Amino acid sequence: MLSPWLYIGVFALIAMFLPAVAITIAGFLSPKKPNRIKNSTYECGMETVGPSKIQFKVQYYVYTLVFLIFDVEVVLLLPWAVAYNQLAWYAIFEVFFFILILLGGLLYAWRKGALEWR
Amino acid sequence: MGFWRDPITFIGAWLRDLLVNTGLSPMGAELIGIVLGAGLLATSAMLLVIFLIWVERKLIGRIQDRFGPNRVGPWGIFQPVADMLKIFTKEYITPIGADKLAYNIAPVLAVASVLMVWAVIPFSFTVVGADLSVGFLFILAVGALGEMGYILAGWGSNNKYALLGAFRTIAQLISYEVPMIISALIPIMFAGTLSVTGIVLAQDIWFIIIAPAAALVFFIASVARIGRAPFDLAEAESELVAGYNIEYSGLKFGMFFVAEFLQAFTMALIFATIFLGGWRGPGAEQFPILGFLYLLIKTSAVYFITILFRATLPRFRIDQMMALNWKILTPFSLSIVLVMALVGRLVASSPDVFRVAVFLAVNAVLLVAVDRLITLNKRKPPREVGSRNRPVAQAEVLPAQSDPGASE
Repeated sequence: MLSPWLYIGVFALIAMFLPAVAITIAGFLSPKKPNRIKNSTYECGMETVGPSKIQFKVQYYVYTLVFLIFDVEVVLLLPWAVAYNQLAWYAIFEVFFFILILLGGLLYAWRKGALEWR
Repeated sequence: MGFWRDPITFIGAWLRDLLVNTGLSPMGAELIGIVLGAGLLATSAMLLVIFLIWVERKLIGRIQDRFGPNRVGPWGIFQPVADMLKIFTKEYITPIGADKLAYNIAPVLAVASVLMVWAVIPFSFTVVGADLSVGFLFILAVGALGEMGYILAGWGSNNKYALLGAFRTIAQLISYEVPMIISALIPIMFAGTLSVTGIVLAQDIWFIIIAPAAALVFFIASVARIGRAPFDLAEAESELVAGYNIEYSGLKFGMFFVAEFLQAFTMALIFATIFLGGWRGPGAEQFPILGFLYLLIKTSAVYFITILFRATLPRFRIDQMMALNWKILTPFSLSIVLVMALVGRLVASSPDVFRVAVFLAVNAVLLVAVDRLITLNKRKPPREVGSRNRPVAQAEVLPAQSDPGASE
């Protein structure tokens, strides 16, 4: 019996291969007539002003920080959830307070205005 | 083992015997089986999209009192095939200054991330791609690969609006990942495993009956994760030019389209698997072929509801969408985990009927509580934009006598 991860590896290769092959075939079938105007940046008929790699809104950074906290927290919660049926009351309460602290953190971020879209 | 009881395992066993008899080592035969199985599954998932596009257009058409596609083939069923053939012959326009690698790899990543979820979904009692012990974590992880594709598409296009659209998409996707994973903790808790097969096998009682509140949060978050209406801000045509895929043309654009439709169906598949019992149903263990049928029916039901969502609800504003996620769904899903962990342990050794009754009651209380909280919050009058005294011409403030133009 081969490892199930081999299947995952093969599947990942095929999942990349299929769209790549479709795109390549379409590339052979389709016409290729590039010109400067056609290839210019699309902006409703206007010429682009300024650099196109623009600065991002700082709000995204704040959201990403909050997301990161919760993502790490979920990684901590997953093993607990898997073991839930065998855990003692002690462990349940442990996670209870863990989540309460997290909720407190969310409330703090909320009160600080980190969750407001401006 | 009869063919009709379990066709896929039957064909697989027959093929393996054939290969071993021609002199291949059992290992090699199994490897060929794996490659064939993976190729077949991925190809059929891609081909399914053609059908899904037709279903969606037809249903949306009917809901909007139109016919939908009805020219090509019976009930217009070959319309997406015609569309696909057309898009195959369309030119690729690569914008000047595009980051070639990022630009070209993005559509491939977007499709691959969705396809890879199918590798761990159990389709019947006997047919599962790979029964990973961390199957659910795998689903979440490859789902995050798709976000990679979107940001690469936005960055590689060398277009401000594509980049803005990508930022928005990523903000939406990563935000809604949080309540989605947290609400998925409930099935994992009660199943006691991360393996998707294990979660399906644990559902003697469907998890949607044990935890309807978590199922609701998971459903809303998954609709947002796939960027469907009412959360389709990524392609808000009136606000951004078209979102992250603005500079794509031909089949590269088509691949994003494929990824979107396939993701909608895949999310319905995941929901059906972890909350609606997957392939389980009467007789599915004895006749594994029935498992496909049950899974298909459940998935179609969920998919139909997402289409109804899309057809019925207007689009959110982006601040409303972020507020819904961070101020309602995230705290709500965390409190569901808190309450369910306590209650689940309290009634762990009770008979099933009592357990289900308690769970239903607790969930009803939770849902009513969150509904009351939202309603109380909404009572506050909305913030005024601009001043109250608007310079608008009104009949009573413009008497005819004081009009300088009329008096002269």
